[in-house]
Amino acid sequence: MSLEVNGHKTYAYTGNHAFDACLPTVIFIHGAANDHSVWALQSRYFAYHGHNVLAVDLPGHGKSAGDALNDVATFADWVKALMDAVGIEQAAIVGHSMGSLIGLETAARYPAIVTRLALVGTAIPMPVTDALLETSAANDHAAYEMINVFAHSPRAQIGGNRLPGAWMMGNSMRLMERSANGVLHADFTACNSYRGGLDAAKKTKCPVLLILGQRDLMTPPRAAKEAAASFSNARTVMLDGTGHSLMSEQPDAVLDALIDFLRPKNVTAA
Amino acid sequence: MPAPKTYQLDTLSLHAGQQPDSEFGARAQPIYFTTSYVFPDTDHAASLFNMERAGHVYSRISNPTNAALEERIAALEGGVGAIATASGQAALHLAIVTLMNAGSHIVASGSLYGGSHNLLAYTLPRFGIETTFVKPRDVDAFRAAIRPETRLLFGETLGNPGLDVLDIPRVSEVAHEAGLPLLVDSTFTTPYLMRPFDLGADLIFHSATKFLGGHGVAIGGLLVDGGKFDWDKSGNFPTLSEPYEGFHGMVFTEESTTAAFLLRARREGIRDFGACMSPINAFQIMQGMETLGPRMQRHMDNTRAVVAFLDKHDAVEQVVYPELPSHPDHELARKLLPNGCGAVFSFELKGGRSAGRKFIESLKVFSHLANVGDAKSLVIHPATTTHYRMDDAALRAAGITEGTVRLSIGIESAEDLLEDLSRALRASQKA
Repeated sequence: MSLEVNGHKTYAYTGNHAFDACLPTVIFIHGAANDHSVWALQSRYFAYHGHNVLAVDLPGHGKSAGDALNDVATFADWVKALMDAVGIEQAAIVGHSMGSLIGLETAARYPAIVTRLALVGTAIPMPVTDALLETSAANDHAAYEMINVFAHSPRAQIGGNRLPGAWMMGNSMRLMERSANGVLHADFTACNSYRGGLDAAKKTKCPVLLILGQRDLMTPPRAAKEAAASFSNARTVMLDGTGHSLMSEQPDAVLDALIDFLRPKNVTAA
Repeated sequence: MPAPKTYQLDTLSLHAGQQPDSEFGARAQPIYFTTSYVFPDTDHAASLFNMERAGHVYSRISNPTNAALEERIAALEGGVGAIATASGQAALHLAIVTLMNAGSHIVASGSLYGGSHNLLAYTLPRFGIETTFVKPRDVDAFRAAIRPETRLLFGETLGNPGLDVLDIPRVSEVAHEAGLPLLVDSTFTTPYLMRPFDLGADLIFHSATKFLGGHGVAIGGLLVDGGKFDWDKSGNFPTLSEPYEGFHGMVFTEESTTAAFLLRARREGIRDFGACMSPINAFQIMQGMETLGPRMQRHMDNTRAVVAFLDKHDAVEQVVYPELPSHPDHELARKLLPNGCGAVFSFELKGGRSAGRKFIESLKVFSHLANVGDAKSLVIHPATTTHYRMDDAALRAAGITEGTVRLSIGIESAEDLLEDLSRALRASQKA
């Protein structure tokens, strides 16, 4: 689906389905220097199982125009604007990494519109190392190289992908390399400067699911512990041996956790 | 801060794409010799068919052993993924039919393997796909031959038979200026000698039958996607960027930003044309790839020794090898192929057809057959075998003379190879 949000052309993957006002909606939000395609399997499943799906390309990412935003609060306002543009009043939000912070802040700012919140590969707060901030500021390819190693478990760096014939490390690198100059740094700035995560967690009223990778070096599970305890209604699924690229490393496990969390009988407004 | 290291070629050759078997802990890659896979339940089955879950349905489309091989070559080439095919020819065909329809056009190097030339020059025109052949050293000719209906530029990393070095950085620039991808056949070079994606190529295929396998026991092909080409932006590839009725209206560039080409190639090309690789062959090719680095280094060491020997021999008119200053692509080879120019090359024997015949028949270590890239050294005399129907003029047009001998240098003891060649050269001059 192509639509206009805040004056900019915006793309959201829908599984090739027209919007159905009778169905619940799930918004998938990608992480830094990524796009909607990181959710390929999971978003397609929900699109074909009783949901409207909006797997978005954030501003300045993928097929969406506009400048990359560098502030989580502004991203959250953009999600609200997206929902207004589509004409939906409520949605479940699933976010990965930076996308998890955007989902969290959206749920805190606009509690009436977020029915459920799934945080995949999250850390709250989400500090970014000086090395990554500096290399991304310089648009240095070394930033992508660092991320690619840190974001994949030792197992994933060897392969054995569940998706036949796909080399995870190569896909991840090529996807990041498609980012325009400045996008990665804007994303990292947004993550690094977001200080309101714990307060947002306390304000969040809807059910929350955290899906964490036991071998995640980018957002180690311990960095989500305090926030997990701050939610009023949250549970955590830990995926053994999994790094930060949870959707490609463990596509079925992530999907099963989301199915269990988002299945229609559980979908109720906060 | 230096970027953290990823695994090097020799490590990836042994490990990429394969985890120890989760059921029994087998360290070697198991051969999943099965046509099909049991579904846990109907919803899971539907999800697999509809690409909502990762996994295997039917071995024509994917197989766990083949998938490990596919990941391995993608890792070695620095691509996003690959598809294993029944042969190198099947890989070339799969690339072409994934990208274009009847009425499309290809610009290809004229220095191609005979099988590739046949497909482009004689077979594909029957299906409405035309090819213009250009001299691989003439980059401007690639540009000049591009038409509105052109959908692909194609060449071999090392051309046949003169080992023309394809100037991938410049030819890919021409392709990309026109919104087109560059496909290269990297069979002769393998990722050990060249990684074409790093130089600008968009798609690579291999006849894995040759150096990747190395043992000469399994036919197979591998088609690898570099993941850089922007099919949407190009606007030339509706097969990838517009709804495909053959898969629920799927738009491949929406499903996968980096691997739309492979997605269609698997979901249509392998599904419908069916030129899949047997898992036995995939296993055998993987066994060969485990030793790719050490083998290729030995191939290169032996080739350099043989080239130096022949270059000084009185019975030899000329050796055609890019590492020699006499080769027209010597400087380009130094730049693009610093680790070597492969182990297949030709030389001109003095004495014509009769000398060629005597030379071949006098060899003891070299095997006389129509293949290259085996661990064993191979030889063929085109004028009396593959091109025997041609008269002298036709041979010259193909870049072959009556004295042309093609060698594929193996990994035997270099001393034994030189002795074998020395004896046969002496015999040839008495013919």
